Amino acid sequence: MFQKILIANRGEIACRVIDSCRRLGVATVAVFSDADRAARHVAMADEAVHIGGPAPADSYLKGDAIIAAARDTGAEAIHPGYGFLSENPDFVEAVEAAGLIFIGPSAKAIRAMGLKDAAKALMETAGVPVVPGYHGQDQHPDHLARMADQIGYPVLIKAVAGGGGKGMRLVEAGRDFADALDSARSEAKTAFGNPDVLIEKYIQQPRHIEVQVFGDGTRAVHLFERDCSLQRRHQKVIEEAPAPGMTPEVRKAMGAAAVRAAEAIGYAGAGTIEFIVDGSDGLREDGFWFMEMNTRLQVEHPVTEAITGVDLVEWQLRVASGEPLPARQEELSITGHAFEARLYAEDVPAGFLPATGRLAHLAFPDTARIETGVRQGDTISPWYDPMIAKVVTHGATRAIALSRLESALVDTEVAGSVTNLDFLIALTRHAEFRAGEVDTGLIGRDLDALIDAAAPDAGARALAVIGLAGLADPSVRGGMTLWQPLRRTIAWDGGEALLEVEGPGAARVTLDGTPHEVRWQGDRWWVDGALRRNRIVRHDAGTSVFGGRTVTLAPLDPLARAGEAAGDALTLSPMPGLVRSVHVKAGQAVKAGDRLAVLEAMKMEHALTAARDGVVAEVLAQAGDQVEAGAPLIRLEEDAEEAA
Amino acid sequence: MKLTTTALPNSDAFKANREAHLGLIETARQAAEAVLAGGGQASMKRHTDRGKMPPRERVANLLDPGSPFLEVGATAAHGMYDGDAPGAGVIAGVGRVHGQDVMVVANDATVKGGTYYPMTVKKHLRAQEIAEECHLPCIYLVDSGGANLPNQDEVFPDRDHFGRIFFNQAQMSAKGIPQIAVVMGSCTAGGAYVPAMSDVTVIVRGQGTIFLAGPPLVKAATGEVVSAEDLGGGDAHTRLSGVADYLAEDDAHALAIARRAVGHLNRRMPETVVWQSPEPPAYDPEEILGVVPADLRTPYDIREVIARVVDGSRFDEFKARFGESIVTGFAHIEGCPVGIVANNGVLFSESAQKAAHFIELCSQRGTPLIFLQNITGFMVGRKYENEGIARHGAKMVTAVATTSVPKITMLVGGSFGAGNYGMAGRAYSPRFLWTWPNSRISVMGGEQAAGVLATVRRDGIERKGGTWSAEDEAEFKRPTLEMFERQSHPLYASARLWDDGIVDPRKTRDVLALSLRASLNAPIEPTRFGVFRM
Repeated sequence: MFQKILIANRGEIACRVIDSCRRLGVATVAVFSDADRAARHVAMADEAVHIGGPAPADSYLKGDAIIAAARDTGAEAIHPGYGFLSENPDFVEAVEAAGLIFIGPSAKAIRAMGLKDAAKALMETAGVPVVPGYHGQDQHPDHLARMADQIGYPVLIKAVAGGGGKGMRLVEAGRDFADALDSARSEAKTAFGNPDVLIEKYIQQPRHIEVQVFGDGTRAVHLFERDCSLQRRHQKVIEEAPAPGMTPEVRKAMGAAAVRAAEAIGYAGAGTIEFIVDGSDGLREDGFWFMEMNTRLQVEHPVTEAITGVDLVEWQLRVASGEPLPARQEELSITGHAFEARLYAEDVPAGFLPATGRLAHLAFPDTARIETGVRQGDTISPWYDPMIAKVVTHGATRAIALSRLESALVDTEVAGSVTNLDFLIALTRHAEFRAGEVDTGLIGRDLDALIDAAAPDAGARALAVIGLAGLADPSVRGGMTLWQPLRRTIAWDGGEALLEVEGPGAARVTLDGTPHEVRWQGDRWWVDGALRRNRIVRHDAGTSVFGGRTVTLAPLDPLARAGEAAGDALTLSPMPGLVRSVHVKAGQAVKAGDRLAVLEAMKMEHALTAARDGVVAEVLAQAGDQVEAGAPLIRLEEDAEEAA
Repeated sequence: MKLTTTALPNSDAFKANREAHLGLIETARQAAEAVLAGGGQASMKRHTDRGKMPPRERVANLLDPGSPFLEVGATAAHGMYDGDAPGAGVIAGVGRVHGQDVMVVANDATVKGGTYYPMTVKKHLRAQEIAEECHLPCIYLVDSGGANLPNQDEVFPDRDHFGRIFFNQAQMSAKGIPQIAVVMGSCTAGGAYVPAMSDVTVIVRGQGTIFLAGPPLVKAATGEVVSAEDLGGGDAHTRLSGVADYLAEDDAHALAIARRAVGHLNRRMPETVVWQSPEPPAYDPEEILGVVPADLRTPYDIREVIARVVDGSRFDEFKARFGESIVTGFAHIEGCPVGIVANNGVLFSESAQKAAHFIELCSQRGTPLIFLQNITGFMVGRKYENEGIARHGAKMVTAVATTSVPKITMLVGGSFGAGNYGMAGRAYSPRFLWTWPNSRISVMGGEQAAGVLATVRRDGIERKGGTWSAEDEAEFKRPTLEMFERQSHPLYASARLWDDGIVDPRKTRDVLALSLRASLNAPIEPTRFGVFRM
């Protein structure tokens, strides 16, 4: 076993690897960018090395800096986590050339699976079923369109070098092909530096079932399947193991195919064979096709760990350090059922837009395994994947595991950024999902209903008003008056309500003209006569009500009025983001509506314009600056008339 | 030590009492509710159309959310001035800002432009008196046209008239009791001195004005034509004159500035009493309505009330076996130690001596006193006069008058004659005096008063050899009886600020607790009693 390894990653996966290292007595070295100086993975590691700027290209993708860090700290091996350099064969070669061990497959194996068209050809030869499609070199749009016609619509366009849904497009009919191709190629070019695509038959009612494999370079075993069918635009949302409706026969067939695939390329370490499965009429031994192999540890590996009792990171370290496979196939078995939900900082109703923010409050229940790379007070920056945590539960049956997931999510508390938490809760309550009737189209079909089920209701909002008013603490609920209660306004950023405290533990909150009776009785909150499972939490960004249908209200500073008069002289950043460009210089005259700067935030570009005519007094930010919400960017001369 | 009860909540008497009290409470509630509308819908609309917050909402938004509000004189001027001045056109009471008890005095400009009727002045002065005695910072939400001119003779010239407001401000400021004004409307003529005499003044831009003479008077006097805003608006006063210190954009902003000013007062409550953890009474305060007879003439055990007011219903009764017509003892209310003096019948010499002794004890210890007043008076007759009941009564009155501990009086029944004095009536300056809806207050009972007058009359007629039929006597007594009935009613009393307000008996404990807390913002000075006639 290694004495010390370096983890070339960040966030929850870096933390998760460190956890296993701790248990195995292996010292850890973290690497970090400017944005991650105070990150959890840095705090957890035994040593940490700064490797560059916040953009991944300046840090977590800088293989030479990472290898130098490993050398400098005396680490014997590098664990790549997932993403970043985990499937980069050049990096693997550089690591090995530096005399270090890469904890993962060989460069050759990665290359074999890296290009999807080549991989499929290889798999066909190895006797693994593949989906009909075009994986050829000719990337001329007309040729690709002809191939799509041949395969038959609907088809999927996928980036050859892709993964994670980037550069992927579903095309329903030929007339949409050209546009979809263009956008897929440009996205692929940006994400992977390679615009080439492949085209595949799109399977109706498809299920995404993947098999975890583990090889030692010669032999391989499989650790059964995971079902990742609950997806939104090819992004996994909730994963589970085993797959609902799986039979021993199909499992055996898929497992055997996966092992054949891994052994065909001499695979070492943890990998995943993804299959697309026709879910229209039960699972069949001839109803699954190889899609791709992920030559790394997967995000959702904890569900496999939960049902097999195997620590996959431990296996990775043991096999990489030269040990044989820790278990034979017949020693592996499934116990119970497991789920993983991915908690993201994202705005679900706005189209799952990635969000940023400082996690003013973060709390998890101890009833679930939580994999997280952030702590309360940490910031979800726009630089990286906005994942907050993975919530993993296990139970004797699927129903128990799912109910435990629901409770764990209901008991999870996040404030400071919008999240998909309530959407996840709504999913755990979705009737078809509960019944195990899953396919990759489920979320898309029921999106509106799921969003509705996750939206805050008036009761939760009324409780949030109580919290914002400072009345959530039982010791301060008073409000005695001789006769009629006093009626006051409680305002927050974006709204206001009327509050009448009627006595200890009794208040009326009027929202949008509708009064709601709030009571504290028997140590529980009641609204309009109904018992609430909500919890009111005050934090430094305001007040949140948790327990499903989360509401967070940020207080308004009633004194923050003095700036109003001078307000149009200052252009403020409307949200946290990156200054993409600045279009004016000091002394320059501008007209109202002129573009002053462009801010990139939430993966969107926002043009910031002059509120009035004037002369630029000062440019307070530069292109490339990371700015907070409310940060002053451009200041105009005070006297507007000077501009004339 | 825990009091026991003989109440039978399912008995007919209990239910009948409860029904009667609920009726009386409803009358009082309606009177209080009528005040909420201020000067009426049209006036309120004009007020809010100008961007002004309704006066009561100003008070609410000034105070901490969930703050109690111990309103003073809620139904002042009820039935007076042809109903033109609900609440006397001013809202006053004790609430909390940043946890600090404060006295708020807010003009209701919807009531005759917030002008000062005689009762307005009286209520404003009463609020200041409470603030001065309890060391409560004062926040004046000013929106008033000044003295009500048709009533000028009852508003301006006398000692306790308009000028006293500013005298009080100066006196309080001198004692380190902060004076904060928020000018949210007019402050004309004498009214200009409320903000000018304050330690800190906030004014709302385009809304608040302060001047000794308004534009029409200026034009008449000097011919100068000037707008109200230029003459004495927020901008002028914060930038040019220095009459105001902070310029606010609107009511909400002004109230926020006032809250911040309170946050910077650097005050805390003095150390006075030893607080305990509060504990609710063992008996439900709701039952007060059933245990107290609806008819004042029906005797009952006052301990039934005490049991529903004090922490854990625990009462350390002092001298239980002596002078039994008065009940004295120690207890806690919301954790605050108190000495309770409560009537349980007519006052005898022994009862008066016992009460004097007990008040002396509490004064020695610095324990606040609670008076539960239900008294027809001192016992009359030769035996009692000859044994010196006046002397013993004087001891009690001396003790009540000169003790320095906070006194809080709750009128739970009758308040007649010299009993009122001995039991810390208004003239004895209790920090607060509250009254139940079933109470009656007068120099003596209406029957007794009519009887005295009739006896004098009968003597006169019979001296001249005439006769007086029972019918004639009844007819003679009727106006007196009616007058006493009307004038002794709590709404009549409260309208004239003979008390600080009518209290739902079920809220007795809460009101006493808040009154105690407010009172304990001031240190308790050592007592120096007057000469006791031994």
